[in-house]
Amino acid sequence: MSIKLGEVPYKDRVQTGIEDDFMRQAVSSAQGRFRNGRLTQAAELGNWEDWRELGSEIRTHTLQNLDYYLQQLSDNVARRGGHVFFAETAEEANQYVKNIIKKKQAKKVVKAKSMVTEEIGLNKALEEVGAEVVESDLGEWILQLDEDPPSHIVTPALHKNRQQIRETFAKKKGYTGSDTPEEMAAFAREQLRQDFLAADVGVTGCNFAIAESGAVTLVTNEGNAEMVTSLPDTVISVMGMERIVPTWEEMEVLVGLLTRAAVGQKLTSYITAITGARLEGEIDGPEEFHLVVVDNGRSKILGTEFQSALHCIRCAACINACPVYRHIGGHAYNSIYPGPIGAVITPLLEGYDDHKELPYASTLCAACTEACPVKIPLHEHLIRHRQIIVEQEKKAPTAEKLMMKGFAKWSSSPGIYNLSAKMAKPALGPWTKDGMIENGPGPLKDWTDARDFYAPQGQSFRAWFKQRQKDGETS
Amino acid sequence: MTIENREEFLNKLASRLGRERRTEGVERPQWSVTPQEEVFKGMNQDELAEVLEKHCQVIHTTFKRTDRAGLTKVLQETIEGYEGKLIVTSNDPRHQEFGVAEFFEEAREQLDVHVWDPAAGKENQRIAEQADVGLVYSDITLAESGTVTLFNNKNNGRSISLLPKTFIAVIPKSTLVPRMTQAAQQIHRAQAQGEDCASYVSFISGPSNSADIEMNLIVGVHGPIKATYILVD
Ligand code: SF4
Repeated sequence: MSIKLGEVPYKDRVQTGIEDDFMRQAVSSAQGRFRNGRLTQAAELGNWEDWRELGSEIRTHTLQNLDYYLQQLSDNVARRGGHVFFAETAEEANQYVKNIIKKKQAKKVVKAKSMVTEEIGLNKALEEVGAEVVESDLGEWILQLDEDPPSHIVTPALHKNRQQIRETFAKKKGYTGSDTPEEMAAFAREQLRQDFLAADVGVTGCNFAIAESGAVTLVTNEGNAEMVTSLPDTVISVMGMERIVPTWEEMEVLVGLLTRAAVGQKLTSYITAITGARLEGEIDGPEEFHLVVVDNGRSKILGTEFQSALHCIRCAACINACPVYRHIGGHAYNSIYPGPIGAVITPLLEGYDDHKELPYASTLCAACTEACPVKIPLHEHLIRHRQIIVEQEKKAPTAEKLMMKGFAKWSSSPGIYNLSAKMAKPALGPWTKDGMIENGPGPLKDWTDARDFYAPQGQSFRAWFKQRQKDGETS
Repeated sequence: MTIENREEFLNKLASRLGRERRTEGVERPQWSVTPQEEVFKGMNQDELAEVLEKHCQVIHTTFKRTDRAGLTKVLQETIEGYEGKLIVTSNDPRHQEFGVAEFFEEAREQLDVHVWDPAAGKENQRIAEQADVGLVYSDITLAESGTVTLFNNKNNGRSISLLPKTFIAVIPKSTLVPRMTQAAQQIHRAQAQGEDCASYVSFISGPSNSADIEMNLIVGVHGPIKATYILVD
């Protein structure tokens, strides 16, 4: 897999999402629960805004000095007996890992959930050299058996119901039990335990690398990343180059923000920091450790007005807050990074050509920006994307260009453009007149339709979307 | 140990950032806010113990409290409750200190106790994988999140708290701190003085769990299915 999920056009993906009743309900209830969890944790702390400010300052400083901290990190990993490979492209990263697999003659590779390895398509690369790759996160394992892409970055199999999961287990693994989650999880535990014990190589992502020690921090609830890093003799961690902090002290702050914002937990059950190769006399942990630092388009974002998009700690709070995601689900974004953050970074990493609809998959309500624990101004980035698409790329349909003209004037005034999250809603006033929206939020059937349409207030999104379609068809 | 492609890669980042490479002299700034320092500030060990006890309910962990004299009895009950026959534990001086070594000796008819032994190699993992109970001592205990911190090493394998069906952590009261902040500070200070961190630092908060099937919480996935903390005064 790569960042892009497939060739099905955006509008059809949206339609599929909207028609999937189970998925929509699951997404909506998951969003509600994650959001409540985050809000409860924020309220309990009392000074959530201070925490967000601290998170934002840490990320800003680290990205501003990224070259320095990556150097420190790699020196320390090497000092602790590990190997470090800096990969500019996905191909380079995959090739490096493939070489290790070949050298080790590895038959079985166990993996802990990692977005960056999805992004670079590592599994496919490993299969090319004949290794069996087993995803060990329960949700990822379900998807792997079913050959389905993830739809959420924290609970990847959110769109599947228990009957579907039972069927998958039965078909692919000979499971004969019931569809109760406990029984199915016990089955997965049993199956995957054998994989952990038999694996030659473990592959992980990286939540936060700690520059001062050369440590890689992994955050899980299931304990699978711990298995992957404890049992195989070779471990390879793959990190997006921005997933780094200066010291343990910043790791601690960001991990707390991540677990609170992601799942409403103070900490997840397992936070593990692994440093280099195992020491003499140690039994657990790798004898050979590799860290692969991946650029794959990220450096294009550095030094631009979008730099803060690299502050992302992948907590999915913006996804859980997004009303558009709620209605269309993760797959509609056609990117392994869905939701507001996906709409911001996918075009940055892969260009606008295939993803020019994404910045429009938003109502610009700013709920994402408000939810983000490291204060990334997501909706402002989306506005900027739209502006670029319209003004520079000239890829937008004619009607859109006309509409965006008014918008460009409005948004080029810095006083209005630099909206704070709280200000955003009232400031979006210029977009609506007499209940009509001039520039449609998100997934409209046809962007070339220049007619104004009713604001969704008091109307279900579904009815609203349907109406949009009818209008589109008759015009 | 190899570092490949570094110079090109980092030079490019520096140029994207519009400046020369920075290879030294970068200091962390003074953050404008430090909310992490304020949590449970000034609480004593007993107050922190209460916070811990309360949070154990949230993380599906049984909390027990005793003193040194009562520890072996509580330990015995807990192991019985877990139908523990095969126990795996660290090679830890605290076994002596807390009278646990003596208890193992007395209970050797009923309990098969494997003490982690670097000389036994991978056999340690095989035993841990079969074990009913993994028993460890907390090095630093985080009250806020109900977290046991372990500095794993050759006498204290990562597998002990990971592979067995159940997990028991003995928590000396003196190890209680408000939250992860204090643990991070301790490791950072040691690192800054040239003392390397453990190859494995584990922060464990209760049994493993997952919400990956229809968002239902399932306790017990890859790691232990049940966990008990025994706080020792
Ligand atoms: S953009 Fe912010 S809210 Fe969204 S996933 Fe990243 S850190 Fe979380």
